[in-house]
Amino acid sequence: MNDMPTPASIGLSREDLPNSYIGRSVPRPNLPKLVQGRATYTDDVQPPRLVHAAFLRSPYAHARILSVDSAAAMQVPGVVRVFTGADLAKVCDPWVATLDHLKGMKSAQQHPLPLDRATWQGEPVVAVVADSRAAAEDGVAALAVEWEPLPAQLDIETALDPDTVVIHPSLGDNLCFTRTAEKGDVAAAFAAAHRVVEATFLTGRHTGVTLEGRSILADYNKAEGTLTVHHSTQAPHMMQGVFAKQLRMEEGAVRVICRDVGGSFGIKVHVYPDEVAVAAMAKAMGRPVKFVADRFESFVSDIHARDHRIKGRIAVDAEGKILAFDIDDRTGIGPYSVYPRTSAIEGNQVVNLCGGPYDFANYRCTTTVVFQNKTPTCQYRAVGHPIATTVTEGLVDLAAEALGIDPIEMRRRNLIRDDAYPYTSPPGMRFEGLSHHAALAKLLEMVPVEKIRADQAEQRKKGVHRGLGFASFIELTNPSPFMYGIGGARISAQDGATVRMDPDGSIVALSGVTEQGQGTEGILRQIVAHGVGVPLERVKVITGDTQTTPYGGGTWACRGAGIGGEAALQSAIALKQQILVVAGAMLQAAPESLDIVLGQIVDKDTERERMPLSELGRIVYYRGDTLPKDLPRELVQTRHFITKDYPFAFTNGIQASWVEVDTDTGMVKLLEHWCVEDCGRVINPLLVDEQVRGGIVQGLGGALYEHCVYDEQGNLLTTTMADYLVPMSAEMPEMHIGHVETPTGESLLGAKGAGEAGTAGAPAALMNAINDALRPLSARVTEQPFTPARILRALGTV
Amino acid sequence: MTSRVDITLTVNGERVTRSVEARRHLIDFLRLDLGLTGSHAGCEHGVCGACTVRVDGEIVRGCLVLAASLDGAEVTTIEGLSDSGEMADLQDAFIARNAAQCGFCTPGMVMAAADIVQHHPHATRAEIREHLSGNYCRCTGYQAIVDAVEATLEARGGAAR
Repeated sequence: MNDMPTPASIGLSREDLPNSYIGRSVPRPNLPKLVQGRATYTDDVQPPRLVHAAFLRSPYAHARILSVDSAAAMQVPGVVRVFTGADLAKVCDPWVATLDHLKGMKSAQQHPLPLDRATWQGEPVVAVVADSRAAAEDGVAALAVEWEPLPAQLDIETALDPDTVVIHPSLGDNLCFTRTAEKGDVAAAFAAAHRVVEATFLTGRHTGVTLEGRSILADYNKAEGTLTVHHSTQAPHMMQGVFAKQLRMEEGAVRVICRDVGGSFGIKVHVYPDEVAVAAMAKAMGRPVKFVADRFESFVSDIHARDHRIKGRIAVDAEGKILAFDIDDRTGIGPYSVYPRTSAIEGNQVVNLCGGPYDFANYRCTTTVVFQNKTPTCQYRAVGHPIATTVTEGLVDLAAEALGIDPIEMRRRNLIRDDAYPYTSPPGMRFEGLSHHAALAKLLEMVPVEKIRADQAEQRKKGVHRGLGFASFIELTNPSPFMYGIGGARISAQDGATVRMDPDGSIVALSGVTEQGQGTEGILRQIVAHGVGVPLERVKVITGDTQTTPYGGGTWACRGAGIGGEAALQSAIALKQQILVVAGAMLQAAPESLDIVLGQIVDKDTERERMPLSELGRIVYYRGDTLPKDLPRELVQTRHFITKDYPFAFTNGIQASWVEVDTDTGMVKLLEHWCVEDCGRVINPLLVDEQVRGGIVQGLGGALYEHCVYDEQGNLLTTTMADYLVPMSAEMPEMHIGHVETPTGESLLGAKGAGEAGTAGAPAALMNAINDALRPLSARVTEQPFTPARILRALGTV
Repeated sequence: MTSRVDITLTVNGERVTRSVEARRHLIDFLRLDLGLTGSHAGCEHGVCGACTVRVDGEIVRGCLVLAASLDGAEVTTIEGLSDSGEMADLQDAFIARNAAQCGFCTPGMVMAAADIVQHHPHATRAEIREHLSGNYCRCTGYQAIVDAVEATLEARGGAAR
């Protein structure tokens, strides 16, 4: 990859890039099928001989499975077969989710269906396969399972106490992982501080609620010895490896196809026991087996996230300069670390990200990750960021309040200077280039602060309490192998693209990154059209098939544009160069004197049209005899891209939230929201803006409504969408999005990630806005979700 | 559980006769019996709106209606709405504003939005938000969807503003 073009080597400056499809708001090619109901999600695929799986799930948080009697289930019309944990263990190996670079991390072996013990309410225990989903569910209802309920370990605070139930006795205790990052002299900084402020924050356990439930259709062809899996996943190549390894197959014998995916947000990048069970059952039965999680199953078995309690302290001097952060994070992750990314990453991110936007010297942050008998947690959109941002920005606002400094001024005094890069943060994160002050300035152009403050004062007189809150944030994108690969996980940080020209001059691009609605295929089309020099409509993008696309990691952690986009750009440029070599031979011209513009070979200097690409394609594919014998004519090029200089491409931004708190009911009304973010090169503003808005809504949802609530026995109480509330259109505010562009120098494209920015900052901005509204009433909330009950308790009303 | 009911109804302008299980919901009838996979099952308890279809001129939740109750009914799904072209401008507005991301909610969202265009041509932004508040979208911030509906109403000459 050392011979990859640089802007200079191909005669381009960065300033040339916007004069193309890059940076333009063009519609996505995927949308017509989506608005007409002609997409193909996994559940829409119906092969012959298809059978359907349903699972009996544990009704207990912790229980021994004494016996399973399937006789009655087998008598239910349509039921074909019943599988227990022991049945599947014969064809499927268990896994353990740890990463070597997370020192001391431990977890227990997990089977697709447990052998003798269920460890969370909702864990799949027995599978019934039938000729319809309804019949399979009838079969599940007819299963007789004898249980011995066991005491459950639920509380994260008591998880490590000596008399607590140890969920996996072989591990010795309920500790999964702990890490402390320390820099400077924290004790001395606190001792010398002008003011010290502290608070305890809760981020409520919540979950992704993808509208399309997790879906899988696995088909084992005994004649060929091949497994084909239609899967609603973000990472088809990773899953190919997982299915092969667990089912004792060669990777080449497994094909994962992912057509349209109905939302992911990190929910669909993990290995789920029920999904592996489906693949194992397909192999055992030699026929296609389908499973689609219904809404109840989604709530109890999709990964949860953000179950954290964080105690934080901040030390400041008299001018408001931040001297130190001291943070203690504790999180519960369920009974198993989730394979293969592990469930320690979220806590680890909190350690890496707290204090992130600010220039300060002394830092201590500990995360303690413990097991509990609840649904497993793992990486969900903006992993750890909303938690770190809530703590950081909550403490910064409290310090500003204590010193009587305006929150905007407080940030101005402490944000890392825009000319300070490269910069290494106290926990060791390396920033190539951020724009906190430019983003703040841009935000202040958009937010009418004076008008809002005047309105706030006016409304106070009428007993109406409105608040304005801010939150600066950083976001980790474009991950290198330092995220997972160095820990031993077979998760690719590299991604590839193949771009080819067909005889009619049309372009086909195959990419290892995937589409779940972000617009991956849309931006790849723009990038390839730009790189080759053809109209957008001439490019077809194909993703989501391990058999045809170059190997890659898929779409997660904001890498689609930055990694997959760069691979596509480099392969498109390589194809263009190859086309020009052929064109030069055909036109008796030097390739360097030619260019491709909107599908035409032109003279570079005059842009005079010489030949359409369709003519070049006709000659190459049908009349190759007329070309010089030794002329290279492969009109297909593949390039892979991986970042090398920085472990992650950090981005930054700032949000503002304007709310009204009803002090009688405790209800929060979202009035308006602003976000300025810097994702480097913006490829399509239309897509980025609404993606950021969607991220904000997801952050607001977690901060206001969404909560996985358990009772004292470990039963999940919020298992319908009437109990677990998600943001709907009527409650959501109008959102204004602005951009600062600081392209990464690691790639020609210069793109960083944008998908998680909204979620990273929204909860903190909202919390600060609510507390700004409540300040004159001497009330404050720090426990998410900020429900009416919590706000009324803070006000002393209840 | 296996008792069956014979029904004859019109779906997207075509007459359909089937014998359905009494417990069969409309959404499953459409998807599994008729192959109309444009409508989606999102929550199966009437909250998310992904299964929104038109029955006798009114939008309903396909997961809360039993197919057996629809003898003689007229059903329009996203496929029928699209083929008729009656909401092509609304669908184009969704495309122009990127008012769909993963697209799983989109057919139901378009059916609910079409109901606004059809029955509430003077709806304000707040009224559009209210009318769509039974349709869950996890990807967008809803703003592009509201923009698309508002633009359609304006272009049709009905919007309030």
